[in-house]
Amino acid sequence: MKNLNKKLSGAAKKDLLTYVFVIAAFIIVNILSSAGVLGRSKQGLLVPICCYIVMALSLNLTVGVMGELSLGHAGFMSIGAFTGVVVSMSLVESIPSAPVRLLIAMVCGAVFAGLAGLLIGIPVLRLRGDYLAIVTLAFGEIIKELINCLIVGYDTNGLHIIFNFRGDKSIADLNLVEGGTAIIKGAQGATGTKTIATFTAGFILILVSLFIILNFVRSRTGRAVLAIRDNRIAAESVGINIMKYKMIAFVISTAIAGAAGALYGLNYSNLSATKFDFNTSILVLVFVVLGGLGNMLGSIIAATVLYILPEALREFADYRMLLYAIVLILVMLATNSPKLRNLFQKIIPFKKKEGGKVE
Amino acid sequence: MLKVENINVYYGSIHAIKNISFEVNQGEIVTLIGANGAGKSTTLQTISGLLHSKTGSVTFLGERLDNVPAHKIVTKGIAHVPEGRRIFLQMTVEENIQMGAYTRPSSEYDAGLAEVYERFPRLKERRKQIAGTLSGGEQQMLAMGRAMMSKPKLLMLDEPSMGLSPILVDEVFDIIKSLHASGTTILLVEQNANKSLAISDRAYVLENGSITLTGTGKELMQSEDIKKAYLGG
Repeated sequence: MKNLNKKLSGAAKKDLLTYVFVIAAFIIVNILSSAGVLGRSKQGLLVPICCYIVMALSLNLTVGVMGELSLGHAGFMSIGAFTGVVVSMSLVESIPSAPVRLLIAMVCGAVFAGLAGLLIGIPVLRLRGDYLAIVTLAFGEIIKELINCLIVGYDTNGLHIIFNFRGDKSIADLNLVEGGTAIIKGAQGATGTKTIATFTAGFILILVSLFIILNFVRSRTGRAVLAIRDNRIAAESVGINIMKYKMIAFVISTAIAGAAGALYGLNYSNLSATKFDFNTSILVLVFVVLGGLGNMLGSIIAATVLYILPEALREFADYRMLLYAIVLILVMLATNSPKLRNLFQKIIPFKKKEGGKVE
Repeated sequence: MLKVENINVYYGSIHAIKNISFEVNQGEIVTLIGANGAGKSTTLQTISGLLHSKTGSVTFLGERLDNVPAHKIVTKGIAHVPEGRRIFLQMTVEENIQMGAYTRPSSEYDAGLAEVYERFPRLKERRKQIAGTLSGGEQQMLAMGRAMMSKPKLLMLDEPSMGLSPILVDEVFDIIKSLHASGTTILLVEQNANKSLAISDRAYVLENGSITLTGTGKELMQSEDIKKAYLGG
């Protein structure tokens, strides 16, 4: 038992480092921005960075911890985003306080995305490997198209929702009474959203997501999920219900993506469902893979750096994505070199303990 | 204790198990021997719920198992050590053993762990090592130790001697004997007919998905057919 405690404290140390890193980054950014070093355009990046960090953490739970490739994660972000926008805009009058509204919007976004994760998980999690990846990709696209058909308005009578499947409906069909607002306008997306997302909210969301995910991984349930990833047949033979534990991990992952989506949605006055397409799913997957599968701190750093990179490369205009790709390749080559790995292991002492683990 | 009646298992259009029936009584060591592809592992996987039979039934201690999902079979008292040493390669030795106790109350854990370490001192020495770095024989012991943690009434071992050196094969069979001596009923699947028949109370010979011969371990060792086919003369 003594060894077990020692090992746990090793893991706890690593978790602690992750928390410290996030909190330190938050404080530094706050100091910088109050000192006026960050320009307006850079400050505008803060909330989306937070959202993508949380997306990366959430996808890391599915891809890194559970070991299943999901290519439709942007779909869940999208559900969270539009749920968040609708909730926030409907409550503008009844709850004037923006932070409270933001909190409610994020919780609702998480709940709806989690429910969608549950429904989609029932068929999808029975599949494995490539098949699972393809089907999640398809669901991501389906969610995008469905939201593209959505027209939602709010007035004193409550919410009005129509699905514009045939393309013959418009905002007028909502029959809003005077003073009502149309929140989502079909393919045009959500327009006129009051932006209430703040960097502080993003920071808190990162901390909460980290707390949920790290505790999950160290829990009994988390260990079952790790065992399934490690060896499915052995896991089943020791009595682990594979579907159940995969489902728990997947729903947590999608709910967190929903909360990130809600924050994202409330950061822009105009938002269309096409923003959450396959490219966004892949972008988040790149964060996860480059940050290291199952490595939460890695996801945070990768999401931050890789989100800032294309913005920093803006002056190269047309060549920017080309440079982005080259940087990705260089990073992969660099992290694969044994010399650099040894160097990292020397710098970060407690990483050595995990040296025997095969990624 | 375990009664398998008229099971038929298919892999797509391939008829892998053809109307097999056999039983294992309390306190026995029963062996299924046969060549590659005879259907030995398929039979074990059907009992532990990983595969399903189209007909017939599997009964354990009077309870039908054919519709019990695989992860619940363990709680019924059957532990399956799958072929090819299916251990959790990325976990430590002790974590692997811990996983074996997944379905048991945590109060039993310490005693169970001590028992496993007593039987497999080598695992105790290596308890902090990542399981993937163990040798083949140690991995087999780990898989068996993990299965012991669920306190099985019936232990099903799928080719425990596969790919092991002769010394380790002897060691594995000694362990099987000692597990049996401490009261566990054992259903063994083996290609090593010599060793397995020597320790078996009864054995069944599987050929192309059917049982072609049955008898006590000693009887089968004397059988001319068996000598020709499996014992090298």
